[in-house]
Amino acid sequence: MAIVECRDVEKQFVKGRETVEVLTGINLDIEEGDFLALMGPSGSGKTTLLNLIGGLDHPTSGLIRVGGSDLNELSGRALAKWRSVHVGFIFQFYNLLPVLNAQRNVELPLLLTNLSRAQRQKNAAIALEIVGLTDRAKHKPGELSGGQQQRVAIARAIVADPKLLVCDEPTGDLDRETADEILGLLEILNRDHRKTVIVVTHDPKAAGHAKKILHMDKGKLVEEAIV
Amino acid sequence: MSYLSLLWANLFRKKTRTVLTLLSVMIAFVLFVLLQAVGEAFTGGVTIVGVDRLIVTPKYSIVDELPLSQKRQVAAIAGVNLVTQQSWFGGVYQDPKNFFPKYPVEPLEYFDMYSEFIINPAELEAFAGTRTGAVVKAGLAEQYGWKLGDIIPIQADIWPKADGSRTWEFELVGTFEEAESSRPLFLFQYQYFTESVELDRRDQVGWWTVRLSEPERAAEIAREIDSLFENSRDPTRTATEDEFSRQFASQLGDIGFITTIIMSAVFFTIVLLTGNTMAQALRERIPELAVLKTIGFTDTAVSALVLGEAIVLCVVGGLCGIAMAYLLLPGIAPVLESFAGSIDFSATTLATAIGLSVVIGIVIGIVPAMSARRLTIVDALRKN
Repeated sequence: MAIVECRDVEKQFVKGRETVEVLTGINLDIEEGDFLALMGPSGSGKTTLLNLIGGLDHPTSGLIRVGGSDLNELSGRALAKWRSVHVGFIFQFYNLLPVLNAQRNVELPLLLTNLSRAQRQKNAAIALEIVGLTDRAKHKPGELSGGQQQRVAIARAIVADPKLLVCDEPTGDLDRETADEILGLLEILNRDHRKTVIVVTHDPKAAGHAKKILHMDKGKLVEEAIV
Repeated sequence: MSYLSLLWANLFRKKTRTVLTLLSVMIAFVLFVLLQAVGEAFTGGVTIVGVDRLIVTPKYSIVDELPLSQKRQVAAIAGVNLVTQQSWFGGVYQDPKNFFPKYPVEPLEYFDMYSEFIINPAELEAFAGTRTGAVVKAGLAEQYGWKLGDIIPIQADIWPKADGSRTWEFELVGTFEEAESSRPLFLFQYQYFTESVELDRRDQVGWWTVRLSEPERAAEIAREIDSLFENSRDPTRTATEDEFSRQFASQLGDIGFITTIIMSAVFFTIVLLTGNTMAQALRERIPELAVLKTIGFTDTAVSALVLGEAIVLCVVGGLCGIAMAYLLLPGIAPVLESFAGSIDFSATTLATAIGLSVVIGIVIGIVPAMSARRLTIVDALRKN
């Protein structure tokens, strides 16, 4: 069953008087439990497609349905609520709040739920345990290495137990060894916790951890490969 | 973690900047609360006032004088029970900073008129019987370490003696208390005063205090007094003690207007400075706000967070300012009470200060909050 359905998706940006076609005729199904890598050169539209699937932006035309919800039909407030429940985001530069320690960064998405403070803390502790950072719970991002920060970001992405994880160059700022650890963690989340994972990457080795690789060029899907 | 702890953590991301901003807000509120208290003291009059007493001053300016001969005429008016005189003596004790009000008075009449002043009868008798005698508020005697029998030299500024000397020496013969006010007061004999000044300034008084036997006729008696002297060389203006207090304060200027101008300038500066700081803080956090929106915070929640930071900053600064003003007041009140009567914080002043801190927080925070609301996630993340 497809958790993500894209039908005739187009995205244009207007720059001054010029209209730039970023995505053209995207048709895509991503099955639940899949681990998909989106590859392609800079400017090919990978991140734009990821943002559309994650509900961070709207397509100019076409349909995007994720987990049965037509994202075009959701208002800004409803879309925010939908994101908090259904999608976990992982960025290249971690994007943790520097004023909060690891535990509190992970707890942040749970502020939007009705969970009690004790339950929020418990869930955040479990998420940190999954990514192997229990002993760093009280450390602020500035006191953690890049790999540890990305682990905290992953814990934050999974704490609300979304089905879909969207990752934009999650290893782009890490060395090879740390990158492999992070990708290994994403594999575990995909395999053991049944998370559907979409990773945008330039790195063929990173893409090698995925079950399926999609290549994009000039705003179009050009190739699909099963790993 | 809660929204409040998230807000608090954001506020202190740059401790030095936040502490400096808090200090500037705090100082603004120290000024506000103190000036409000002073303004209220000037416009509120003394607390001992009663409508059974009227004050008769020169019609055009309280720096003019009235002739002593008016006393008998005022006393003769039906409904007037007692008349006594006072004058503004000015002068300082040893140093210009040692200023307190000094009045030449008729001892027995004065303490009969102001029954709220409590004096030992023997000391009152000594005051009435000693030409150069003086009585002072007990607190004033304590402040300067005066004891009965001490000779207190006062340097006159308005009233030199007939021989040209400016030093007046008074023998302390008693002290008195006042239940509801701690303002200082120094009283000495009118007879000694008027016989010592230059010839052409004798038998003059600053104002009359009139006690009424029929307080319900106060307005009528006031009109009667003023009409009595309307066509004389020394027309009068009769008012309650409240009005007299305001009239006296107005000699210094429009206190309310002055405090409003000062506070407007202070708060305008605070709004600009703090507003700029908040805007700068927002610019630094654009990617973080985008992340909050990404993980599900609504536009409203993010803008409320930014607005809340501005309000909390101003309210905390305001509360610190109120507390600081409260600590400073005992130090400055005795100086100001010489002019303005009892100075204290009213509930209105405190409520206004707190309300003002919220309003300033909203004014400062509204623009950054709207910017945060309009922030689009994709554009903001691109700036990371």
